[in-house]
Amino acid sequence: MTDTDVDPATTSDTPAVPAVALAGITKRFPGVVANSDVHLSVRVGEVHALCGENGAGKSTLMKILYGMQPPDEGTIEVDGKQVRFKSPSDAIRAGIGMVHQHFMLADNLTVLENVVLGAEGMYGIGKRARARIRDLAGAVGLDLDPSTLVERLGVADRQRVEILKVLYRGAKIVILDEPTAVLVPQEVDELFDTLRTMRADGYTFLFISHKLDEVRAIADSITVIRRGTTVGTVDPKTVTSRQLAEMMVGSELPSPETRTSTVTDKEILRVDGLTLRTPDGRPLLDSLDLVVHSGEVLGIAGVEGNGQTELVETIMGIRKAAGGKVLLDGRDLTKAGTLARREAGIGYIPEDRTRHGLLLTQPLWANRILGYQTRRPTSRGAFLDVAGARKDTRRIVEEFDVRTPGIEVAAASLSGGNQQKLVIGRELSGEPVLLIASHPTRGVDVGAQAAIWDHIRNARAAGLAVLLVSADLDELIGLSDSIKVMLRGKFVADAEPSSVTPEDLGCAMTGAGVVDDSGLLVTDQTADGGTP
Amino acid sequence: MNARLRSSLLAPALAILFSALLCAVALLASGANPGSALKVMIGQVGEGQVAVDIVNSTAIYILAALAAAIGFQMNLLNIGIEGQYRVGALVAAIVGGALALPPMLHWLVIILVAAVAGAAWATLPAILKVTRGVHEVLSTIMMNAIAFGLAAYLIRRDNFGILIGNNVSTKPIPESGQVPGIDLGDRGTIFGLVFLSVVAAAVYGVVMNRTRFGFELKASGLSPTAAAAGGVNAKRMIVVSLLVSGAIAGLVGLPEILGRDHAYTLNFATGYGFAGIGIALLGRNHPVGIAFGSLLWAFLDKSKVALDNVGVPREIATIMQGAIVLSVVVSYEIVKRVELAAEQRKVGQAMGTATEPAGSSS
Repeated sequence: MTDTDVDPATTSDTPAVPAVALAGITKRFPGVVANSDVHLSVRVGEVHALCGENGAGKSTLMKILYGMQPPDEGTIEVDGKQVRFKSPSDAIRAGIGMVHQHFMLADNLTVLENVVLGAEGMYGIGKRARARIRDLAGAVGLDLDPSTLVERLGVADRQRVEILKVLYRGAKIVILDEPTAVLVPQEVDELFDTLRTMRADGYTFLFISHKLDEVRAIADSITVIRRGTTVGTVDPKTVTSRQLAEMMVGSELPSPETRTSTVTDKEILRVDGLTLRTPDGRPLLDSLDLVVHSGEVLGIAGVEGNGQTELVETIMGIRKAAGGKVLLDGRDLTKAGTLARREAGIGYIPEDRTRHGLLLTQPLWANRILGYQTRRPTSRGAFLDVAGARKDTRRIVEEFDVRTPGIEVAAASLSGGNQQKLVIGRELSGEPVLLIASHPTRGVDVGAQAAIWDHIRNARAAGLAVLLVSADLDELIGLSDSIKVMLRGKFVADAEPSSVTPEDLGCAMTGAGVVDDSGLLVTDQTADGGTP
Repeated sequence: MNARLRSSLLAPALAILFSALLCAVALLASGANPGSALKVMIGQVGEGQVAVDIVNSTAIYILAALAAAIGFQMNLLNIGIEGQYRVGALVAAIVGGALALPPMLHWLVIILVAAVAGAAWATLPAILKVTRGVHEVLSTIMMNAIAFGLAAYLIRRDNFGILIGNNVSTKPIPESGQVPGIDLGDRGTIFGLVFLSVVAAAVYGVVMNRTRFGFELKASGLSPTAAAAGGVNAKRMIVVSLLVSGAIAGLVGLPEILGRDHAYTLNFATGYGFAGIGIALLGRNHPVGIAFGSLLWAFLDKSKVALDNVGVPREIATIMQGAIVLSVVVSYEIVKRVELAAEQRKVGQAMGTATEPAGSSS
């Protein structure tokens, strides 16, 4: 790996000046791992992929490059000149454009109006603008009348309008944030064709993704980012999917293995035919069945956005299922609200602790009450038991090694790992029978990660049933007693954690896995068999 | 705890300093001496019934501000307090005038009717908000307009209005329904319902800080997503908080009606609801803050007449009220950010490098 590492000191004296060079970028946020000493060098006229799990720090890095946030440390160079962006308009002036994952288009305006909006000063709003858009439309593969209303365009065309917008503003370096997330496979191929043509025209792309097969198909070089820092830059032609996966999930991390089985035959959670639909009737969860036993960890693998979040939130009663049943320890909770489900003995570690797990401005002890406002020791009848909450918060701080000077500090002032330990300590309070853990170690430092794994393992040994959703495949394989693979709202395969590899799981997650008659994933594929 | 107290006093101190500066500038611009203007305003407190008027006004403002604060706790802007208190007062006056009950019971019925009427006026916005997503600001503003029209209609002489002297009012509430005050002779009479305000503020404080309902309300306001994950039913909280806000708003007109006017008249005071919103901001939704804010507001209101004596337009007092609210909002935000940053630094120092991400690079 070392021979492919990019060292900005050596690249700067090669004849070609990099289009973008980031050196030593560090960004700290209260309570989250953002970026730490990131180095990235993008050559002119290449498609440079930035790869990493969700939460690895890709978005923060791109926000820094696009001027949305200033870095705490480090330098940004564009075309060899050091720059300091105060806002995205500075970045645009320097020739950098960004296409966001979520489109920022006004449906009720035409393509022309959407493109010109906010850039009226460049070519006016009339003939010159229209001519300029026609010139550029060919480059992005957009073949339509600029007077078409955006609401009549499909997703792929909208994306092209977004790219057109940044080109119109003079961008030569385009950041694409997970551009394929919203596209179907044929559209992905078309997008890649367009990118290749544009690359030949001299445009430079920064392509953010966590899909290894796509990255390998389009990129000229790949930089992997993990836990906020760049792991290295590699050539897609010489690297295998296995090596990339290792770089992304970090196989040298402490192993989360739990091999002695504690699985009992006591059914704790049974989900039957659980279905959830979007308002327009598209299924997000398609008739899912699962059972978690006492002492068992059931892992859910899947590429982000295939229904894992929805599954967890539907089991928690935060989303209302369109059909199916949820039974906890034999009790039907299908119609119960979130609070009733919590009271019935479900602990919940949400995937985004800052949005769903904590009241950031409140002291730690007040956060102990959240979700437990009807139960001892934090409440008595309609009244809160503040003394009880304080006492139990001290216990959590002690038992779960939450590093804090006291329980009166605001939750926001803790680091991400300590916030997470507080959440886990809280959710393991009150003797739950089921723990739903979504990405329990995301954005958490290595030390806290090992501690969190220990807590989950101990609780499992004590008979807790655990439903674990994670993007960290090593974590998933190491902690789970059985694994289900989720794709587009369905379970597509079961996997045996003792024999499956992250690569096998990765294939199954993209729909390329082979399953036998019983639905079990066949695990004898080669590491590079990812593309069908 | 000491640091917490210091910080909660720092923000209002900054705000008062800053708004005093703004007001001084406004006074200087209008050609007056800020010092002498302040002196006559303070001197005015000793005149006639002004001191008692200030106490009575304070009580009314406290109720209006509590109504606003309950909404603010969960990011609901109940702009409809103005309409809710008018409907509450009118309905309570009509019912109170029509009943004959023993004294204590009569008051209680009137107070209850006012609260129910105020809550009823907030029901439609609450339902629209949770079922159709209609923003409460729009719906409550429209309910205000309807309330004004309704009040004007109901008090017509062919409905509930009767002519007393040259003023139209509802049928006077009999003595059993009148709440006696504290008579200070030439100084005036302190309304009996001043104590209702004190009790309401105390109950509000306890509910917000010590009960499950208050916790769920605050959690919903601080982070709707975290509240939902913690099992708080957002829709229920919206309905309940708007209704409680409306119920308290319904009480705003009662101190004057039961303590002085004994009927809803054409001269019924307006503007308390909007003042309440400003005072709730000023008091940061805290009962003690609201009490002081109300006192300040009442002082500015009642002593501004004295400004005419030194040749200053009394409207300058309104500018002061606005300046104070703006300064408070700004200074609280600044202090909050500085404090959080300081706390994070403190935690970071105490914990060494615990806040650093793990930089395991090859």
